[in-house]
Amino acid sequence: MMANIRETITMQPTTENAAEATIPVSGLTCASCVGHVREALEELPGVTAANVNLVTREATVSFNPGDTSVETLVEAIRSRGYGAELPVVRASLAEEQAAQEEAQTEEYNDLRRKAIASGALGAVAMVLSMPLMSAGDHATHGSGDPILGPLMNLIEVPLRTAMPWLYSIDAATLKWTLLLLTVVVIGWAGRQFYTRAWTAFRHRTADMNTLIAVGTGAAFVYSLAATVAPDFFVRHGVPAEVYYEAVAMIIALVLAGNALESRARGKTSEALKKMLLMQPAQARVLRNGVELDVPASEVQGGEVVLVRPGERVPVDGIVFEGRSAVDESMLTGEPVPVQKEVGDKVIGGTLNRLGFLRYRATAVGAAGMLSQIVKLMREAQASRAPMQKLADRISSVFVPIVISIAIATFVAWLLLAPEAGLIRALSAAVAVLIIACPCAVGLAVPTAVTVAIGRGAQAGVLFKGGEALEKLHGVDTILLDKTGTITQGRPSVTRVVAAAGFSEDTVLATAAAVERLSEHPLAEAIVRAAEERALVSSPAGDFDAVPGLGASAIVEGRRVLIGNQRLVESREIAPTALLATAEEFAAAGATPVFVAVDGSVAGVIAISDPIKPSSAAAIKRLRSKGLRVVMLTGDRKTTALAVARMVGIDEVVAGVLPEGKVAEVKRLQQEGRRVAMVGDGVNDAPALAQADAGLSMASGSDIASEASDVTLMRSDLEAAVSAIDLSDRTLRVMKQNLAWAFLYNVIGIPVAAGALYAAFDLLLTPVLASAAMALSSFSVVSNSLRLRR
Amino acid sequence: MLQLLILIAGVAAIAWVNWYFFMAPKVFVTAKASGGTQEVTISVEGGYSPSVVRAKKGQPLRLIFDRKEKAPCSDEVVISEFGVRRFLKPFEATVIDVTPTEAGTFEFACGMSMLRGQIEVEG
Repeated sequence: MMANIRETITMQPTTENAAEATIPVSGLTCASCVGHVREALEELPGVTAANVNLVTREATVSFNPGDTSVETLVEAIRSRGYGAELPVVRASLAEEQAAQEEAQTEEYNDLRRKAIASGALGAVAMVLSMPLMSAGDHATHGSGDPILGPLMNLIEVPLRTAMPWLYSIDAATLKWTLLLLTVVVIGWAGRQFYTRAWTAFRHRTADMNTLIAVGTGAAFVYSLAATVAPDFFVRHGVPAEVYYEAVAMIIALVLAGNALESRARGKTSEALKKMLLMQPAQARVLRNGVELDVPASEVQGGEVVLVRPGERVPVDGIVFEGRSAVDESMLTGEPVPVQKEVGDKVIGGTLNRLGFLRYRATAVGAAGMLSQIVKLMREAQASRAPMQKLADRISSVFVPIVISIAIATFVAWLLLAPEAGLIRALSAAVAVLIIACPCAVGLAVPTAVTVAIGRGAQAGVLFKGGEALEKLHGVDTILLDKTGTITQGRPSVTRVVAAAGFSEDTVLATAAAVERLSEHPLAEAIVRAAEERALVSSPAGDFDAVPGLGASAIVEGRRVLIGNQRLVESREIAPTALLATAEEFAAAGATPVFVAVDGSVAGVIAISDPIKPSSAAAIKRLRSKGLRVVMLTGDRKTTALAVARMVGIDEVVAGVLPEGKVAEVKRLQQEGRRVAMVGDGVNDAPALAQADAGLSMASGSDIASEASDVTLMRSDLEAAVSAIDLSDRTLRVMKQNLAWAFLYNVIGIPVAAGALYAAFDLLLTPVLASAAMALSSFSVVSNSLRLRR
Repeated sequence: MLQLLILIAGVAAIAWVNWYFFMAPKVFVTAKASGGTQEVTISVEGGYSPSVVRAKKGQPLRLIFDRKEKAPCSDEVVISEFGVRRFLKPFEATVIDVTPTEAGTFEFACGMSMLRGQIEVEG
């Protein structure tokens, strides 16, 4: 559950009479400048507080808009000799995203360039090292390594044939040349590892850079010593070997891995980028009778907006002229374009297909549906999945533990296998440092969450965060609200049967007179039916609603009762004549409504709510996933059972009031079931909140129902199925990622340390370790990216 | 004898690594309050400095993340409990406004949770 803390927006009215502005200030060089600017602002009438920040170069001013204006504030700052600009609305999400993307592309290009260059230098270094190795100087070099050992033996002979002169160069010259090459690689391409490791070290933290820096640093320092003072080594019985080519190759491979990972990470938030790109930059509005193209961000609420065929709808609004089909698939996942007519709502970012539309803008800027979706997505992507906790605990201790293992490896080799020599001990320790990959652990869960949230949004399924994904995956029972979830939620009168002495029209007209005063959803259906038949009736008086039963009123001097069988019976009116008709209606899935006039039943009206075309298929899929499907409704049992039969549900809880829905969720939970509830975000909110996972069908413009974990942008049960599918797939990917990241390290580190050396003569060189490390985090991100499909 | 020395040196090195990274005292800074807002600047370079921020409940808290590098590890800051995931532009200060309404310890971290810091909200 997200704590009840919210991000506040910087520029907004703080109370009804106060406003706050953040003004960019230039020319601030010291703390005293800050004081000057603050003074200038505080002197102005109407300014309640002013704060100037030297780091962000901004003045934050609280003021009363009645006494002063932002322009005056800016003027006041300028009068003191500093630069000030009118505040622009904060960099939009799109701009922020663009900046991030640009930084990522730049990073990728930089890494790729460095990886290629250091790879080339590393290859040269390997060739130059061959004569040193074959000279017997490197007795232990590469051997025991399952891949590099044989590879080096393989190129040895052709190299000797092709470049015999190489083998006539003396060892010292070769070593100094290698040193030069490696210094270039370390100082230019690999520099970031050392500087970042150092800054992290100063903060008493350690990361991937620390491992690479210590690993390659140790190999480099040893090689450097062997180059500068070979005699010292020889005197002490240690061969003066150099490891330059390993240092260069490790840096090249790690950079290559980082480049791959960087590009893959950029792709994880692609869905969000696409969402942001849907908002058109321009809008055509009507101002003073003139059509104008203005930036979409400047459209004001209430303005008239024009959309031509093939254009995107710039902001949300309500159509008052025209008719068209609008493609809303990008927001709802609904593939069929939606017909829009006068009075219909259009959403910014959707695509107008064929007709012209004129509409009045309603929600603009951050209030728009697309902005809300993007905001929800970003918040969801910011959330941490519970599964992350274990990974977090491991990442936070990972690097120091790996360094400890590397030291232990070094010591163990020296003590247990002194005959293998210092070089082998060093090589094993370096391999441990290099093969360990904290990034794979750190990326396992968040990349999966990010990709899944994005994929969901494209299909019209908005998850509140990683926790929602996990909760939905665990459910075994799904409760479906009938009205509006399984059915269309727009009840209409399907039949009217009158008792002897009454006509159908009289029954309907009388009922409509009463129901005009009611707010019940079924009342609307009766009123509409009367209007469709152009029936008029005199207004009703003395209206009295009987909760859960119906209503009564006086129409043309007669007492009229409208409601269910229980209401009629409670007033001691025998509905006998029409009881069979009512049963017949209910059996067909309609709700029978009795109309009684002056103590006798005048007729019965059948109101039915058509089942959504997709409901039956979606319910079948839910059941095939092994979920127990239960229908919940306030309707009478016969009606509910009829609907249930039509959609293939055999468990029905009928006649429940809203509080009853909560009780039903609780009852199932006490049975040990993990319950998902699908309903509308307003009426079913308590039950949605009680359920282990609440899925709300988006109603109106409010897409972020507090009570639910998942918002379905399409009021269609297929969306609920997609949500469950996606959560299942995401959890599978998260588990795979974590298992891979843990196993990789748990197996890789001991092997690099030489655990298999005694038994199988198997040892990894640091270079091979770096290749494995580079691939491991990339493979985690790539696995997460599979969720995009 | 040499072997014993190697062993002692190894154990000492391991002990030092663990002490340095795990047991060293944390540095914390209390957010400065002015005009009803508490404010603190956190420098971002291979980690967060200060890494622990103390703030009061109920007052708006302005966190200014001053990123002094372009290393990708620190390019995003995530404060889960506040629903914040924000890109930090290299070599620029990014302002994040939150209002803590509950006392407790809230973590902020980089996108991968390698670099971490805490906001300690006092009642």
